[in-house]
Amino acid sequence: MQSTESSFENIRKDFPILKRTVRDNKPLVYLDNASTTQKPNQVIDAITDYYQNHNANIHRAVYALAEESTEAYESARDKIANFVNVKNRQEIIFVRGTTEAINLVAYAWGRSHVDEGDIIVTTEYEHHSNIVPWQLLTQEKRAKLEYIGMDDNGELNLDDLDKYLATGKVKLVTFSLMSNVLGTITDAKKIIEKCKAAGVLTLIDGAQAVPHMKVDLDTLGCDFFAFSGHKMLAPTGVGILWVRKSVLQTMNPFHGGGDMIREVHKYETTWNDLPYKFEAGTPNIADVIGFGAAIDYLTKIGMDNVRQHEIELTKYAMEKFAKIPGLQIYGTKDIAKRGGVISFNFADVHPHDVADIIDKEGISLRSGHHCAQVLMERLNVAATSRASFYIYNTKEDVDALIDSLNIVAKVFKL
Amino acid sequence: MSSGTDIYHEMIVDYSRNPVNFGKIEDHDVTFHDSNPLCGDSIDIDMKIDDHKVSDIKFHGKGCAICMACSSVLTEITKGKSLEEIKKIDKHDILSELGLEHLQAVRIKCALLSLKVLKGALYTYLGSHLEDTEGIDKLKTEAENLY
Repeated sequence: MQSTESSFENIRKDFPILKRTVRDNKPLVYLDNASTTQKPNQVIDAITDYYQNHNANIHRAVYALAEESTEAYESARDKIANFVNVKNRQEIIFVRGTTEAINLVAYAWGRSHVDEGDIIVTTEYEHHSNIVPWQLLTQEKRAKLEYIGMDDNGELNLDDLDKYLATGKVKLVTFSLMSNVLGTITDAKKIIEKCKAAGVLTLIDGAQAVPHMKVDLDTLGCDFFAFSGHKMLAPTGVGILWVRKSVLQTMNPFHGGGDMIREVHKYETTWNDLPYKFEAGTPNIADVIGFGAAIDYLTKIGMDNVRQHEIELTKYAMEKFAKIPGLQIYGTKDIAKRGGVISFNFADVHPHDVADIIDKEGISLRSGHHCAQVLMERLNVAATSRASFYIYNTKEDVDALIDSLNIVAKVFKL
Repeated sequence: MSSGTDIYHEMIVDYSRNPVNFGKIEDHDVTFHDSNPLCGDSIDIDMKIDDHKVSDIKFHGKGCAICMACSSVLTEITKGKSLEEIKKIDKHDILSELGLEHLQAVRIKCALLSLKVLKGALYTYLGSHLEDTEGIDKLKTEAENLY
């Protein structure tokens, strides 16, 4: 498929929500894609088709509907494995989202592998979902949680990592592949190299990266990888935890219940094969199938084209932003090192006021701490405004944002 | 109606730029803090109380224009009033003062955070000085159900 901007124009037709207006009949300009994305007809139709024609529980019954739903659910697993280049489908576990994936690791791996005095290392630009589960674990185990610091450019100080690794006490290094606030793309290769040399496992929060660039888990070399469907056109409530099989085999179950067992007796149980050992209860079948449809959609566009489109938009937006007096962008200015996420503050206007005023112009922009209060403290701000792009955004959307910022300037007499 | 940019009228913008009673009282008789987890607004109120009256009140913290303006107005209303009068201050007193009666639901928390903090400060003071348990319980319930 061609990566011309005209092919991206056609994409908008697949998203029914982009046709609606908001507030005073203003066209919707949706710029909160780092939070969640809109859904194309192809995904909505897949869910509807499942409920209208195939609905049945999976993995048990022998009748036709059950066979169809099982087949659809399991083929979504194969599509996702293929999308992130995972060779062994047993390593792909369906969860509710990135948050549940990380909690699963903290519980099912952490509780049996982390002891008093051990260290878990995370970073200053993590989402709360990659901080709080580790606080819970380290407090319970009397272990320590340490942070890789960030420089003023929004990049990690890997000297901090060396310092912690040198203690010989680190059990896990966990980091996001792309910051949800700064858009910084983490140098995962370098971190993993250092950790491997020290015999330390690595977990990657891929929630912001997988929707926006090609990710190859076969070559990346981490041990745990988590991402969410709803940030990449799929429905809410489905996500993926990938765990290297050799590590997965050392883990206890997370939830106990149906489907995760082989045999249950009064006082003991044996576990089902991987990955089902970690998928207790009836899963979110319809939305997993929707996730499969989203993967098909993105595969058709090509992830390199998605990345290229966002680079162009981000570059265009950053150039426009640079011309607005008093507008401060956080994070690196180097487009190659950042995704399509731009956090900013506008003079002394609180981000909440910015978002409120431009909402009246039909623009959905996020304001707040973006579930990254540790980072807000590091930046010494209470909050930021954040624009984040996806495949259906256009340069016209950026122009509309710039125009609405002029209204903010007028109201606050900037 | 508070729709469009008209909630950002002159008074709100002025108060947010130049908040009134902004700062700390080092020798306060009571201080209280609260925040809105959703947006990160965070307000502290310090009060000096003499003869059952608020002789001085200051607030500090971070917040949006709505939060700053409402905190300013609230402290203006409160200063010099008796504790009995302050107990009766309710959200409409603040919202009507700034023409924010029709504020949308997500912004109401910005407007009323400082009132929540004031009620917290008041029951803290009543608890430590006057043992007014009935007053405290009523204020706690009011603060919890403010928005």
